[in-house]
Amino acid sequence: MSSLLEVEHLTMHFPVRGGTLIDREVAKVHAVDDVTFSLVEGETLGLVGESGCGKTTLSRTLLRLLKPTGGTIRFRGTDVTRAKERALAPMRREMQMVFQDPYASLNPRKRVGQIVGMPLRLHGIKREAREDRVAELLQRVGLAPEHVNRFPHEFSGGQRQRIGVARALALDPRLIVLDEPVSALDVSIQAQIVNLLEDLQEAMELAYLFVAHDLSVVRHVSDRIAVMYLGKIMELSPAEELYSKPIHPYAEALLGAIPIPDPKENRARERVVLPGEPPNPMNPPSGCVFHPRCEYATDVCTTVEPPLMEYPGGHLAACHHPLNVLPREVAMAKRSPASPLSAGDDKPSLLPERVAGAGA
Amino acid sequence: MSAPEPILRVSDLEVSFATDEGLVRAVDGVSFELLPGEVLAVVGESGCGKSVTAMTLLGLTRSANARFAGAAYYGDTELLGASEAELQQIRGAEIAMIFQDSASSLNPVQRIGKQVAEQIQAHEKVSDAQARERTIELLERVGIPNARRRVDAYPFELSGGMRQRVMIALALSCDPKVLIADEPTTALDVTIQAQILERFRELVRQLGASVILVTHDLGVVTDIADRIAVMYAGRIVERGSLDEIFYDPQHPYTWGLLGSIPRLDRPRPQRLPTIPGLPPSLAQRPDGCHLRPRCPHEFDRCVKTPPLQSRVPGAAEHLDRCWLSCEQKRELREIEPGVIGLRHKHEVELTKGGAGG
Repeated sequence: MSSLLEVEHLTMHFPVRGGTLIDREVAKVHAVDDVTFSLVEGETLGLVGESGCGKTTLSRTLLRLLKPTGGTIRFRGTDVTRAKERALAPMRREMQMVFQDPYASLNPRKRVGQIVGMPLRLHGIKREAREDRVAELLQRVGLAPEHVNRFPHEFSGGQRQRIGVARALALDPRLIVLDEPVSALDVSIQAQIVNLLEDLQEAMELAYLFVAHDLSVVRHVSDRIAVMYLGKIMELSPAEELYSKPIHPYAEALLGAIPIPDPKENRARERVVLPGEPPNPMNPPSGCVFHPRCEYATDVCTTVEPPLMEYPGGHLAACHHPLNVLPREVAMAKRSPASPLSAGDDKPSLLPERVAGAGA
Repeated sequence: MSAPEPILRVSDLEVSFATDEGLVRAVDGVSFELLPGEVLAVVGESGCGKSVTAMTLLGLTRSANARFAGAAYYGDTELLGASEAELQQIRGAEIAMIFQDSASSLNPVQRIGKQVAEQIQAHEKVSDAQARERTIELLERVGIPNARRRVDAYPFELSGGMRQRVMIALALSCDPKVLIADEPTTALDVTIQAQILERFRELVRQLGASVILVTHDLGVVTDIADRIAVMYAGRIVERGSLDEIFYDPQHPYTWGLLGSIPRLDRPRPQRLPTIPGLPPSLAQRPDGCHLRPRCPHEFDRCVKTPPLQSRVPGAAEHLDRCWLSCEQKRELREIEPGVIGLRHKHEVELTKGGAGG
């Protein structure tokens, strides 16, 4: 399958201005810091991380809602990193977005028909054709055609999110960026929307970039999952593998923090609570950005940024002391071209107690 | 040993609000007892009345358009009819509340230490210096590093997790007997949530306080609750111990709720099980069982409201509001112990259940 979206060393730094009398840049917020990945047609890439890790900035930069400070974005082989608005228009038909907050992302003064029809209008589709298309779209997302004249406030959160999905589908996109599409919804409604998204993907061969902080929902929808921390990709893994054998300690900690909704298993489980909070992205730590919170960190972690290494099965992880891998796999691991340019060349090594653990 | 005396008794609590769309019955006949030292989780989706129930206990829902019925006893004090002055004595000192949104619940223009000290001084006669020392000690106990320095910080200078710790410190400042925590960790990231839950559990145990935990997150419930009350459309539809609710759930709504959680510890299902349709509008609820329009097991008796009673043999404290017999439920729900999730013909039927009303 061909690559739909290729992102190379993408960087998005926001300047922080200050100073007396003369306005100057005093610092940079490293929101997205040298991120590389690609997405093929029909694939779902999950993007997880905690607040402030840069996942939303990354998704907005991909759609060129923000102008990246470095790196390249190619959509179907065309470099769109610095493309002008006019040149972006055809690409925007094929790349759409569904936002997190179904209350803030729909204009409260427009009717559903106008909201869903707006992308069609902007792309010059005639009124009659538009009406038919809107009715068809509403049906597709599980709303009734008679909802076309209602206002957003007449709908529940789940239904509003369906309207958001219908709007994103209007122009027959190839890629939809879903920014926390279900996190504002109740669990039973979440499941309805997740199932709808999966049905649509199958019917229309859509590719999804599914941004979320909720690892359980992401697992359900994704083919591959990228874990972000402080603007960088820590691990990029086939979906199931991330859950069965996380390589990066941060991924392990994220998984361990989720309570299991089963009292007996939850009581039986030994919980390791990750200490501290994510550091300030204005002044990221040296070496591995996760080292101040990592229980396995050694000297090398504080000085050298770990490269993304390729482990079997297309599993990438940026850690000097990987978990859940065999010594043989570590020896064979190669530096991935997706590694940040600033990463060192140090080979990862297993911690002694971890080697014993892997053999047991 | 005789059963311990409950610390809080709520019976037939009704709360309704007069609105343009008619009378919204937010809470409809809710009864429960809170035992000393226990954690009772009130679980349900948006609009089920769980927060209104919690806030009513502290008189926080009183307004010109609100109507109350029933009773809520804290010791000998009836909370619904209590005067504002009586409530002032109880709030914070006896029954304290932790709100979900720390960003909007703390005063943005006052230092956090001042806010905690103010609460201590409202209930106890202590000097400013003593109140400050106690505040610092409290901030340390809830896990704020450098508490001596942070005590003079403004809320905006703290992260969400740190602010939520301040909220907990505020709630604990007068050693309350009852803590009402309304979604205390919902707005936080998972790793921070785990930190705070762990600390919260420890502190509550030390304090010996009872907790009413209002939440929609069944994962958090498993971590911390002793008993669960499941609410739907203003009513408690099922109530029981943690294990009873998880391993022998009786109400179809509870099945749906448990079934729609994506599980990390199970193979991934083809599709997530869902509850079809939407919760009813609280201004126009269906007669009888409120779940009726969404329930795949509806039958003629459901037009009458089932009472909340024990239907499980040998489990007098496991109550539910469903007409089906216990055997029928165990057969219908098709849930193996520990494997939660429905294997019904549950496809999403969007047209069912009053879409849009």
